[in-house]
Amino acid sequence: MTALSAIHGFVAGIGAAVLGLCQSVGAVTLFALKGVLAILVPPWYFRELFRQIMKIGYYSLPVVGLTAVATGGVLALQIYIGGSRFNAESVVASIVAIGMVRELGPVLGGLVVAGRVSAAIAAEIGTMRVTEQIDALTTLSTNPFRYLVAPRLLAGVLTMPVLVAVADTIGIMGGYLVGVNRLGFNGATYIRNTVDFLTFGDIASGLVKAAVFGFIITLMGCFHGYNSGRGAQGVGRATTNAVVSAMVLILAFDYLLTELFFST
Amino acid sequence: MSTPKIELRGVHKAFGSNRVLRGVDLSVAPSESMVIIGGSGTGKSITIKSVLGLVKPDTGTVMVDGKDVRKHNREALLDKFGMLFQGGALFDSLRVWENVAFRVLRSKSTDECRELAVEKLRRVGLGPDTADRFPAELSGGMQKRVGLARAIATSPEIIFFDEPTTGLDPIMSDVINDLIRELVVELKCTAMTITHDMTSVRKIADKVAMLHEGVIQWTGPVSELDTCGNPYVEQFIHGRAEGPIEALR
Repeated sequence: MTALSAIHGFVAGIGAAVLGLCQSVGAVTLFALKGVLAILVPPWYFRELFRQIMKIGYYSLPVVGLTAVATGGVLALQIYIGGSRFNAESVVASIVAIGMVRELGPVLGGLVVAGRVSAAIAAEIGTMRVTEQIDALTTLSTNPFRYLVAPRLLAGVLTMPVLVAVADTIGIMGGYLVGVNRLGFNGATYIRNTVDFLTFGDIASGLVKAAVFGFIITLMGCFHGYNSGRGAQGVGRATTNAVVSAMVLILAFDYLLTELFFST
Repeated sequence: MSTPKIELRGVHKAFGSNRVLRGVDLSVAPSESMVIIGGSGTGKSITIKSVLGLVKPDTGTVMVDGKDVRKHNREALLDKFGMLFQGGALFDSLRVWENVAFRVLRSKSTDECRELAVEKLRRVGLGPDTADRFPAELSGGMQKRVGLARAIATSPEIIFFDEPTTGLDPIMSDVINDLIRELVVELKCTAMTITHDMTSVRKIADKVAMLHEGVIQWTGPVSELDTCGNPYVEQFIHGRAEGPIEALR
């Protein structure tokens, strides 16, 4: 009897978890659809959009740039050391370029921006929920989805590709600095190898990934903030959930997009 | 008899197993100031939010100007309302003048909005120097005044006041009460206030409704508040622990 009830409890637990997951996926999907609809249908709040572009894009530049230059430098060093085992030191420039543009620029940029932006958005909107500012928006004849969610989603989609393009450039520069100054490559040859091996597809796939990641980052911030629980604890939980879910989704979508772009 | 400005008929609202409203019937006449009193958690805020559409009743009807709110154009309906929230609910990222003129920010020029905001701020006793500050730079009393200025910015037909004096000292509470009374008379608007503060009730109200256990237990003119004989009202206005309203100890 005890064993039977333990099995029952175990199965019930799995069922509850699956149902909870389905409910969460449904809620996020509906939220995303409402957000996209709010982007497409007027009224549009251009001032809010501009503010969000500055907050999400411009103010993330230092941390994204720092991550990119360090990554590019480390990548060059690792490829050189690893490649020397089978006389492949000469491919440092091209691998740094392809690695940064296809993968490391969008993913590391996305993860860094997720930590910075998802948390900030969730905290801001969560506090607005708790302090009745979202109710106040409604009573002032303003749809909170159009005013709060749409500008953030659009700003995420627009700014992340730009941020990643900058990160790619800085990352390649980081690789160049290490390659030329530390590993003794010829500067002109390094740049030629970088340019020769990069294709339009490499760059485009990275930028498309960046746009998707921008949407995910802002969506998670908005969703968890908008549905924040009461009090400081509720806002804190919303912030944590926003960052964790954004990071997990970035990694999952990175794999899916890579399969989509490069599987033969 | 004229059509009530606001009317609730048999409004029920539950959150899970918690039945907050259990058949609220309430009628507020045009230009009347109705104050809803009642203990914490009795559903006063939910009643107001039901009228505004922030909360959807499970059953029952909410009517404004004799028409079911579900049949109103939502934006046109909300344009009739102004609301002062308990904590002010001012937008942190916007300056005071942008908060006050928020409703017209997209339809008027910046200069017009600022002018309107400064005029409304003056009406609630704040100088033009307040206009360019952020809400976080203001005291609690000033934030209430800014919230009041925002509520009256477009001269609404109906204003809701949610605990307007909570967190204020007695003198500032009196100032806010006076302001609310003056503005309601001046704008000839219908007002609905929820409060625990009996001083506010006596200053602001034309009529009072006592809400307890999700039902209006008594409603009548403020002049009859002390003599109505309703045991819920008597216990509440005298602040007694003993009576039909059970207090947790």
